[in-house]
Amino acid sequence: MRLTCPHCGERDLREFYYQGDAVALNRPDPDATDVEWDDYVHNRDNPAGETRDLWYHEGGCGAWIVVTRNTVTHDVLCTELASDLKEASA
Amino acid sequence: MRVAGKGCVDRSKPVSFTFDGRRVQGFAGDTVASALLANDIKLVARSFKYHRPRGVMGAGSEEANALVTVGRGAHQEPNVRATMQEIYDGLEVRSQNRWPSLDVDLLAVNDLAAPFLGAGFYYKTFMWPKAFWERVYEPVIRRSAGLGSLSREHNADLYEKAFAFCDVLVIGAGPAGLMAALTAARAGADVLLADEDSTLGGRLNGECEDIDGIAAAEWAADMVAELASLPNVRLMPRTTVTGAYDHGTYGALERISHHLSDASGRPLECFWRIVAKRTILCAGAIERPIAFRNNDRPGIMSAAAVRTYVNRYGVAPGRAVTVFTNNDDGHRTARDLKACGVHVTAVLDSRNDGPSGQGYPVIYGAEVCDAGGRKALESVTYRTVSGEEKLGTDCLAVSGGWNPAVHLTCHMNGRPEWRDDIQSFGPVEGMVPGLTTAGACNGTFSTLGALQEGADKANDAVQALGFKSIDAEVPAAEDAPYNMAPLWAVAGRGRAWLDFQNDVTVKDVKQAAKENFRSVEHMKRYTTQGMAPDQGKTSSMGALAVLADATGRGIPETGTTTFRPPFVPVSIAALGAGAQGIGFAPERLTTSHEASVTNGAPMIEAGLWYRPSYYPKADETKWRQSCDREVQMVRNAVGVCDVSTLGKIDIQGPDAAVLLDFVYTNTFSTLKVGKVRYGLMLREDGTVMDDGTTARLGEDHFVMTTTTAAAGPVMRHLEYVHQCLRPELDVSMVSVTEQWAQFAVAGPESREMLAGIVGEEIDTETFPFMGCGEITVGGVRGRLFRISFSGEHAYEIAVPARYGKSLYQALVQRAEALGGGAYGMEALNVLRIEKGFITHSEIHGRTTAFDIGLERMVSAKKDCIGKTMSERPGLYGDEREQLVGLKPVGPVKQLTAGAHLFEVDAEPVRENEQGYTTSVGFSPTFESFLGLAFLRNGRARHGEQVMMVDHLRGVTTRCEVCDPVFFDSDGGRMRG
Ligand SMILES: [Zn+2]
Repeated sequence: MRLTCPHCGERDLREFYYQGDAVALNRPDPDATDVEWDDYVHNRDNPAGETRDLWYHEGGCGAWIVVTRNTVTHDVLCTELASDLKEASA
Repeated sequence: MRVAGKGCVDRSKPVSFTFDGRRVQGFAGDTVASALLANDIKLVARSFKYHRPRGVMGAGSEEANALVTVGRGAHQEPNVRATMQEIYDGLEVRSQNRWPSLDVDLLAVNDLAAPFLGAGFYYKTFMWPKAFWERVYEPVIRRSAGLGSLSREHNADLYEKAFAFCDVLVIGAGPAGLMAALTAARAGADVLLADEDSTLGGRLNGECEDIDGIAAAEWAADMVAELASLPNVRLMPRTTVTGAYDHGTYGALERISHHLSDASGRPLECFWRIVAKRTILCAGAIERPIAFRNNDRPGIMSAAAVRTYVNRYGVAPGRAVTVFTNNDDGHRTARDLKACGVHVTAVLDSRNDGPSGQGYPVIYGAEVCDAGGRKALESVTYRTVSGEEKLGTDCLAVSGGWNPAVHLTCHMNGRPEWRDDIQSFGPVEGMVPGLTTAGACNGTFSTLGALQEGADKANDAVQALGFKSIDAEVPAAEDAPYNMAPLWAVAGRGRAWLDFQNDVTVKDVKQAAKENFRSVEHMKRYTTQGMAPDQGKTSSMGALAVLADATGRGIPETGTTTFRPPFVPVSIAALGAGAQGIGFAPERLTTSHEASVTNGAPMIEAGLWYRPSYYPKADETKWRQSCDREVQMVRNAVGVCDVSTLGKIDIQGPDAAVLLDFVYTNTFSTLKVGKVRYGLMLREDGTVMDDGTTARLGEDHFVMTTTTAAAGPVMRHLEYVHQCLRPELDVSMVSVTEQWAQFAVAGPESREMLAGIVGEEIDTETFPFMGCGEITVGGVRGRLFRISFSGEHAYEIAVPARYGKSLYQALVQRAEALGGGAYGMEALNVLRIEKGFITHSEIHGRTTAFDIGLERMVSAKKDCIGKTMSERPGLYGDEREQLVGLKPVGPVKQLTAGAHLFEVDAEPVRENEQGYTTSVGFSPTFESFLGLAFLRNGRARHGEQVMMVDHLRGVTTRCEVCDPVFFDSDGGRMRG
């Protein structure tokens, strides 16, 4: 498997650390409801198809990357810096 | 027998090797199989289940019969295909799966028991009685099953792994592959051409035909020479591409020195990971056998393999050869044999017409229905409309048509497609993104067709990559029609083999269908067809056809089983190259490592690091003696310990303090420059992640320490929090764990000791408790932190790692002069247990700040990671197991870690469990074992007694529950 780091270019899977769903970017407000926090920390979808998850270029530049990929075809559709996405949504 | 004047082996270079101890002579260029056949050795193996005599069947990696063991001792390698092993002087080859010898194999009685050993035999026979399985059945089965055996010695061979990148990967160097590689290369692409054979050329080396007016093998050699001369082409002979993976990644096994008597330090094999932008699969096709009674006799071979032996190796596999075919290709075998003077008994053609007048007898409408001779073929019986006839022959060349080698195209879950024109499964474009097929593996069986397709597909590939396609001239070549009429199995009595390697017959497949294992996947597992090391390369198609017939369905409806990597067996040693012994895991060594080892310290692993356990003195024979002495040394004088393995993260920027406030439960923005603070970090789910101290070196500059184990995860976590949650913060961080050597200097004499080493004045003004600052050590800028993990007046002194070794020496020397010295992990552990300091034994991933009594460190004034979730009900309160200290108070004085706690009179069973111990040690300070433990509602139970029960080690100790801080509870020694 190959992932394109926005900084370093296309790299082998083993340079990356896999974290999980990119929902982790959407941290609830401290005063949010228990349900929101429960969802954020524990509940994940397991889609057959497009998914967005967080990878860390640990063996490279140290960037956290949001990877949009298809769990059925294994196509990697898009890779973006998590910080760019987060700042854009701020 | 050798045929005069034929083949490409070098007859001026005789090579001798042994087979089962017997000396065999061949020539340079021979494989074990060709050399054995040249010496008329027909019996080379015994079959898996029935121990039937077997001979060489094919000439390539699909070989199902001729598996042998090569080498001896630690170098022994089982299940090597004789058709792939090149010979060299001194090569030692042994047959396998027989006892006592190949010729007299007593296990051949299995063949007589065959009626009982058919499909589903294991499932049916060994069901009952149940108790017999482990004691009787399994040992018996294990003794007689299995192909080949291992030496049981450590593998002494060298292996390598490597990566390669290219524009175009061409897999297979037959006519399609050579043409594809040259076309892509001429267009300017970076080309990698891999082929599993030692000589590139594929079928061209085994056929008697012309390309461009010259012999095909010669044309192939010219092409290879031209490719080799191009700077943008890499040729990889002896390299099997074993699997197709995501995004253009391919696995490939290169056999580097299997063919050399002296490897001269070269590895045996290299496992490649090849990344290709485009791939052209030119893997060719595999000739299929036809099933008939006793079709596994030694001497019954693939018709194409017979041509390969004659044309490439100059070996006739028999003196009177018969051909059995259902297509025109079989006739080529007869033609080639005849041309070099080998007697062709007859061509038995199952069709009603075909080529004729070639100078050898042809019998149309003939099907072979039996074969005679046990250890070597002596006769075949064939059937025509006019009855059965017997024919004396010592070699039967069988061609049942060709199956495209579509395996790699299916490695990413694709399914091949049935093609009526070739009566086989062909590849489907796009099953592996970026991969296309050309030549025989695409069902294009003529040489001209393969050349043309190779050129066309290469042009498509280079165009897709932005190169200009070239006008590839395809030379004149053979373009004969295939003319195949399918014949899978000849009807009749007796056993007809489909899967030679796993001994699966037509009867077994029919039996499976009868017992309702009608799905191809069920049939496969029930009969074990296709489950041998060859993965059914020569058998799956036939088995499928028989199953389709037995279930009254067509072949396409019956479907195929799944092709999975690897295409050929790959040794674990090659996949894990470099990871044997010392290479198993990286080793991280501190700058004091050498000194510790020199002083006799046993080193223990801490993650990838190695740290000293203790430093034994000459008169100390037990580790406890050393440990006790080192603890007392720190308590009474001064000790030195390397703490460089702790994670160090340099954090800088105007928002550094804001980030720290967010990742730590407590506040760091209020920390003054020149001060250090203990911090607690939670995971977002509210449990404790790590702890450590962080020093503020400047307004915008902090250095964080983490535990040794969590250095990596904490670094990753900080980057995560910054980039994914708070990217607006202007802060940067970098791990400097390896850049700084850091040593703890602990004990009442520590300040006195440092006075002779540090350039600056050290007093309560400049370095108060939890103070820090820059210092000079022998002219080198360093850092000093007044922190303590022992409870003593203590410091940690840090210098750039290149000065670590000399500073450590100076520190230990100076400590010894003051009655102290070096201490190791055992003493460090006892010191911190005496003080009730926690490590990852306590913060093991299930404990909360409340559990360890640090809930007040979770600031109420700000948000931090994990804060919200730590407030969930159930994560605090009386029901939680809380950190306590334990002291033995009964007759048993021992404490053990991992033991369970019970009320004094309770039965020590799970239902009554009250908690568990996490860290224990013998404290020379208190002359008693001390323990840290988690006990339900423990903080309210100080003074109570509990029973510690270690069921595993059989230790039961009555303990008093107490405060976890045993030593100097007001911290006077540490602060003073
Ligand atoms: Zn990167």
